[in-house]
Amino acid sequence: MTQSALPEIQQAPLGLENTLPETWPEDAVAPEPKPTRLLMCAPTAYGLKYEINPWMHLDNRPDVELAARQWDTLYRVLKEEIGAHVELVPQAPDCPDMVFTANAGLVRGQFVLLSNFRHPQRQVEAPHFRAWFEGHGFKVQMPSIGCKFEGEGDALFAGNMLLAGYLKRSDICAHRWLSDAFAVPVLSLELTDDRWYHLDTCLFPLTPEIVVYYPGAFDPYARQVIMNNFETIAVCEEEALRFACNAVVIGQKVVLPSGCPQLTRTLEARGCTVYSVDLSEFLKAGGAAKCLTLFLR
Amino acid sequence: MPSETIYLDGHIIDSLTLSKVLDIILRDGGQYRIRRFDVGATRTDASHAEIVVSAPDADTLERILHIVGQHGATRATGEARTEPAPADGVFPEGFYATTNLETAVRHHGRWLPVEPMEMDCGIVLSEPSEGRSQASARCVPLHRVNRGDAVVVGDEGVRVTPLDRPDPTGAFGFMGSEVSTERPKERVVAAIAQAMQAARAAGQKILFVGGPAILHTGAGPYLEAIIVAGWVDVLFAGNALAAHDIERALYGTSLGVDLATGAPMTHGHEHHLRAINAIRAVGGIREAVKNSYLKSGVMHACVRSGTEFVLAGSIRDDGPLPDVITDSIRAQDAMREQVRGVGVALMVATTLHSIATGNLLPASVRTICVDSDADTVIKLMDRGTHQAFGLVTDCEFFLKELAARLPGVKKS
Repeated sequence: MTQSALPEIQQAPLGLENTLPETWPEDAVAPEPKPTRLLMCAPTAYGLKYEINPWMHLDNRPDVELAARQWDTLYRVLKEEIGAHVELVPQAPDCPDMVFTANAGLVRGQFVLLSNFRHPQRQVEAPHFRAWFEGHGFKVQMPSIGCKFEGEGDALFAGNMLLAGYLKRSDICAHRWLSDAFAVPVLSLELTDDRWYHLDTCLFPLTPEIVVYYPGAFDPYARQVIMNNFETIAVCEEEALRFACNAVVIGQKVVLPSGCPQLTRTLEARGCTVYSVDLSEFLKAGGAAKCLTLFLR
Repeated sequence: MPSETIYLDGHIIDSLTLSKVLDIILRDGGQYRIRRFDVGATRTDASHAEIVVSAPDADTLERILHIVGQHGATRATGEARTEPAPADGVFPEGFYATTNLETAVRHHGRWLPVEPMEMDCGIVLSEPSEGRSQASARCVPLHRVNRGDAVVVGDEGVRVTPLDRPDPTGAFGFMGSEVSTERPKERVVAAIAQAMQAARAAGQKILFVGGPAILHTGAGPYLEAIIVAGWVDVLFAGNALAAHDIERALYGTSLGVDLATGAPMTHGHEHHLRAINAIRAVGGIREAVKNSYLKSGVMHACVRSGTEFVLAGSIRDDGPLPDVITDSIRAQDAMREQVRGVGVALMVATTLHSIATGNLLPASVRTICVDSDADTVIKLMDRGTHQAFGLVTDCEFFLKELAARLPGVKKS
């Protein structure tokens, strides 16, 4: 475990126990509907205006026109080739990272646990996402103010179990919220490398039993937890750095960022159809296919 | 060893969070005791653990708690509550009564050490103000509290650090914090001499609390020599020790008994009264030393070597000497001022002054009580000075041995 690079994390404020989330009724937590519903945000105000992860460099800004074409390709693959139903939230002009809708919150059925972003630069996105969810009939809860949580970026369902990352962006106190709110067991996984700052940058559940992950992004306990609970497919560092794990899985169909031939072969050998999409301009902000989509399960 | 209770909550078994937290505690120099552990009945149910974390010092504990906090451990303790003192000299109802153990109070999410530590007091919290950049927590005796002071009530947010068990390999290792007559006395005295030297090396003060038996038994010259050699920073005593010491200096007797021959002298019982009268005539002990009326003895040594002394009066005092503080509360406050910075307290042949001093000392002060009666030490410990180590022996033997073992003490 590397403790030297631990960020300062606020302790949950006192009195948290009095504000535990209400548990949503079990029958409201519906299984994944057909067709799969996703939330995306077209990059009308995308750009690089600050540096809050090791991928962001103000002297290596994305080409926004190319970014728009790459996003269109992803949208078309998900909507037309895979057949997902894609909802769109308009991008607010002062929220360049709002395109990464995975960080809006965690959705199950009609219920959303809204994100409480660690960085002030992204905290401005929360009211816009909240307005969209409420406008579309979702019931919204938010963790207490001292408890950071960055949505599906750090919480991924594997069947009826939730895998949840912490320490870089989300706090572990949010995991208890998730568990109480969705009435599911939560496996807490410590992230140890700033380059894979969200769980969805270094792990994705391929099925409820199989996870694809990059072991170097986790502490030894998290690696053990993953091994104890799943069949695993490990991704090499080279492809992990191309965000191979930032994949969208819909049934047997997997959308990967381009440049990940090894994982593509492995998945194809298991019978998956792999769609490779060039998302180079979003990688400059530390995001790829999964970061650009949120499951409305 | 300071300790604090933490709670872990959630899927802490499957996530290995419990293992991780326990490993971190050990890795970073702490220890743990799981006080309660409720395992979730099904996979969906959360488990709960209540863990007492302890560490060798408060900083290590704080560091461990900070790290395990990042892995979901929450602290049991809330903030300390305060209420204003309703009047001068009156604590609010339900005030927290202190022990002499190291204590801290939680205020705005931080642990503030309570200083100076003293038993049977209240704790007053002060917010940052001009000249003081941080909030502070003070131990305040009843008579010193002012109306409106923020006094800690209840024990929420108050952390008390129990005394460490003595290191069995250290100089005091073979001394439990208890009283016994069956000890190798010379070895004990050697350890006390070492403790005094260690306190000096650490920049701490040495306090000597003495009773008149020191003079009656003829041990006065040993104490005098120890003071002359600079081994006592502060002396606490009553009227009697000073009066009989001056009696010895002026008449060669203590309570009328010739200290050279051991025989009572004619009209010897008047000597201590005449001694007191003589000092009253010149205005005080310091004046008597200054004009060379008083040329030897323990009090003379104190004045000459700059050893501070507090003489506290009692209801049966003759005289008393002008230097004796007869208002007990004023005497207590004077002693309170002098115990700051004391590392070793030697209490020899006095019950009342030992207990009075014990009440003022933090438990961290190495306290040694020497008396020919085991009851004195037992009483001292029964009244809360649990750190006291008792040596049951005659004070003349003790001081003679101690004088022989302290560097620089002139042989008499």
